[in-house]
Order: sequence, then structure tokens, then C-alpha cells
Amino acid sequence: MSEGVSRYVTVTELGRVLRPPTLGWLDLELTERCNNDCRHCCINLPLDDADARAGEMSTERIKAILDEAVDLGLLVLRITGGEPLVRDDFEEIYLYARRLGLSVILCTNARRVTPQLSRVFAEIPPLRPVQVTVYGMSEASYEAMTRRKGSFAEFRRGIDLLVQASIPLTLSGAFRPPYLEEMRALRDWAAELPNVVGTPNQVMFYDLRWRRESPSRNRSIAELRAVPEEVLEAGVLVAGHEPVTLEFCRKFIGPGGEKVFSCGIGQRPCVDEYSFLQPCDALRQPSLTYDLAAGSLRDAVTVAFPRLLDTRATDPLYLERCARCFLMGLCQQCPARSYSEHGVLDRPVEYQCEVAQAQARRMGLLKSGERPWEVNDWKERIACLTE
Amino acid sequence: MSDGVSKDRVFKPSTDLVVRDIEGQVILVPLSAGVGDLEAELFSLNETGKAVWERLDGHKSVADIIAELQAEYEDPEGEIEGHVEGLLAEFSKRRMVVDVAAQV
Repeated sequence: MSEGVSRYVTVTELGRVLRPPTLGWLDLELTERCNNDCRHCCINLPLDDADARAGEMSTERIKAILDEAVDLGLLVLRITGGEPLVRDDFEEIYLYARRLGLSVILCTNARRVTPQLSRVFAEIPPLRPVQVTVYGMSEASYEAMTRRKGSFAEFRRGIDLLVQASIPLTLSGAFRPPYLEEMRALRDWAAELPNVVGTPNQVMFYDLRWRRESPSRNRSIAELRAVPEEVLEAGVLVAGHEPVTLEFCRKFIGPGGEKVFSCGIGQRPCVDEYSFLQPCDALRQPSLTYDLAAGSLRDAVTVAFPRLLDTRATDPLYLERCARCFLMGLCQQCPARSYSEHGVLDRPVEYQCEVAQAQARRMGLLKSGERPWEVNDWKERIACLTE
Repeated sequence: MSDGVSKDRVFKPSTDLVVRDIEGQVILVPLSAGVGDLEAELFSLNETGKAVWERLDGHKSVADIIAELQAEYEDPEGEIEGHVEGLLAEFSKRRMVVDVAAQV
């Protein structure tokens, strides 16, 4: 992709634009409503939720935000939800975005892909692969997850339409016990489909509800999580090999320190369906969101969000553990997950901690009974690793 | 004449792509399928490409563009003519420009 094609014209991509724009990437969440009813989901609301629907941005409001984003140099728009295709104006928004010169990533379950939409994608390609989440490889496993009769057939028809139109796809498996073995079937299927880009990944770390609006839903999601050993085995099934490489350890493992945000927070903000801008799609803490109706996209991304980078941890448990833990690069702990679990940005997320420790023990970086925040010779341990 | 780009031809940017100016860089974003002739997301122009692109107004001929650039830039090696022809041949091959005469 980044290969130069001539002395005059260069095939380029976002990261290779010489002078990066003020805003290179934007998530646009069109709706929280979804035509599936997955228990594990951190965001979904029922398709017929009248309050949610009434609060969603109008088509014109969305277009105005896209205009503002393009003025800031936006190049990549990721359209997500909920299920974005449940909005009747999806095609209009998509075409508007493409005609502004945006590359579009659509995140979808593919159930509402129609012949008309696949024709639109064929004529005006999104330029980035459509990201389809796969909930199972059989009707039984798929609909056990989605809790919608007929959803598997609709998903397969949607995929068929995208394949026939030669639309590039990426697939993510959202499987749970007892169906984790289906990852192997997903990998084989993806290899057979002519337009699937890369190997599928597996959505394993079910986040609690991003908005923390339902303790009962949170309990339900926590019950569905695979135990750490299952997570690791599924990772191998997905990748076909141990997913964490020596190169990764050398580059990314090490204590995180007291800074809460080590992730480039605010560089990929998310407009939610109600016209609020989040620093990232997962971080919904109300005091960190930015009301676009009362301000501007430019102010949010150039003034408000960069301030977050200075945030320091104050939670004693975080300072004792996460700030000193050499597995921070391996651990999926982040402020968004901390918020969804505890309501604060800087508290250890035990589930992520357990998975990271299990991974480290599997790799020989941690001995049984050791606590990773008490390990001082972690550099030597990584140096001793071999592929 | 290289690649069939004669000097009396007049080109303009294709409407099948979107031209973006991002921090002073000209970025061409394909809109319709097949434009660019690569599975590419974006194209950027170097300074030569940008200088020619900015002159593709649907009125100036290839000869006009060459003359303008020769008046504006020093060209001791006589390279401008070849650069313009090469670039337009490439734009044309990738359907990034259209020949105005062919549209009449």
C-alpha cells in the first residue's frame, strides 16, 4: 500500500501523509440500537428503543459534523454502532462521506446488507475493508449469541452479497464458550473467501457496559467471559500460533508509570449518536465527553482532549500495581475499561490482570505465585525469551 | 510524443475522484471503482505532480502547461516537457484525468 508508484504520484495511506492533519481518524456511532440482542455487548440497545431513536442525530446534523471534520483534514471515517445499517439514512450518509473524500470503514453484522447497498459499495467503494463481526459458524451457535431467529441466514446472505460485489472484508469472531473451537472454522472459511483481508481476529475481552447504565447487564456480561486459559487458547486458534511475539515483548512490555493515558487518547475520537464526542469509542465517562452542540470539533481535538494526556493516577491500588507492573503492554487494562468496571479511570481491572498474568506465565515471563508489579528483573526475563 | 499525450490535448480532473488539500498537500481520493487502477486508498502528488495538477483547468492544453512551467521554473536540462507528458500519461492511464475533447 505504501509503495511508490511513480516519480510523480505516490500511493499513500493515512500514516504516510507527510504533514498529518489535525484530525486523521473519526469514529461515527450512528446508533446504539441493534437488530441483534447479544448478551455480551457493551453498547447495544433494542432495535425498537423509542427514546434512543428519538435522541439520535439527524442526517443533516451528521453531515454538518462531517463537514467540520473534513475541514480539519479528516481522511478516515469509521462508521459503527449499535448496528449502523438499521438507520434508514445509512446509504445517504455513506455517500456523503465518500464524496467529501473520506475513506470509510463500516462495522456491521452484515444482516442488513441488501443488493442495493452492495451495488453502491461496488460503484463507490469504501476504500477500507468492511468489518463484519461473526457470532458463530452455525445457526445454533450464531443465534445462541444474537438471540434473534433467522439472524444467521441473514448474516450469510449479507456476506454472500459483499463477496459477489468483490467488496474487501475483514472478519472478527465474537465467540464464547462452548463455541470457541469454531474459531478454527472461521479461519478456514475466511481463507476460502476471495475478498477477505487478513486472518480473522477474536473479540475475547467482553467489556462491561461502556455507559455503566445497567448493573444487571454488567453481571450478565461478566458471566459470559471466558476464563484466562480459554482466552489464551482461543488466541492461538485465531492466529494459528502464539499471538504474543518476542518482538512485541521487546517493544511494548514495561511498567506504565503514573500516566493514566498511554494510548494516544483523543487521536481517534468518537462522535456518538447524540452529538457528544468521546476521546475514544469506549470511554464514556460523562465529564470527559464533549458536547459538540455547545462547542466545536476543532476545540475538542486541539484543546480539550490533549489535556487528558497530563492525567495522573491517584488510585492507591493502581499506583501500587498497574503503575509498577511490567505487563502493562500485555494487559488490556485501560482507562475506558477501568471506567466501565469501576466508574473511575485508574483502578486495576481484575479480569484483564488475570489474563495478562496467565499469558506471562505461559510465556515464561512470570513464575507461579509471583506478582508482576513486584518483579524487578523483567528486562532480563524478556532478554532470555526465544521465539 | 511519449505515451500518446500530444501537446494540443486538454485535460481536466476526473469527477471520479475527490481532490483534498491537507496541510498544503494535494491528496487524491478515488471515488468510483477503477479510478487509480490500484487497490489504493489515497494518492499524493509530489511537487511536480502538484504543479501540473493545479493547471488542469479544462482549458489549458498540454503545450500551455509546459510553457507556463518553463516560464516559472528554471529548466537547464530541458526536463519539464518530459515530466509533464509523463505525468499526464500516468494520470490518464489511471483515469484520474479526462480528455476534454473526448467528452464533447
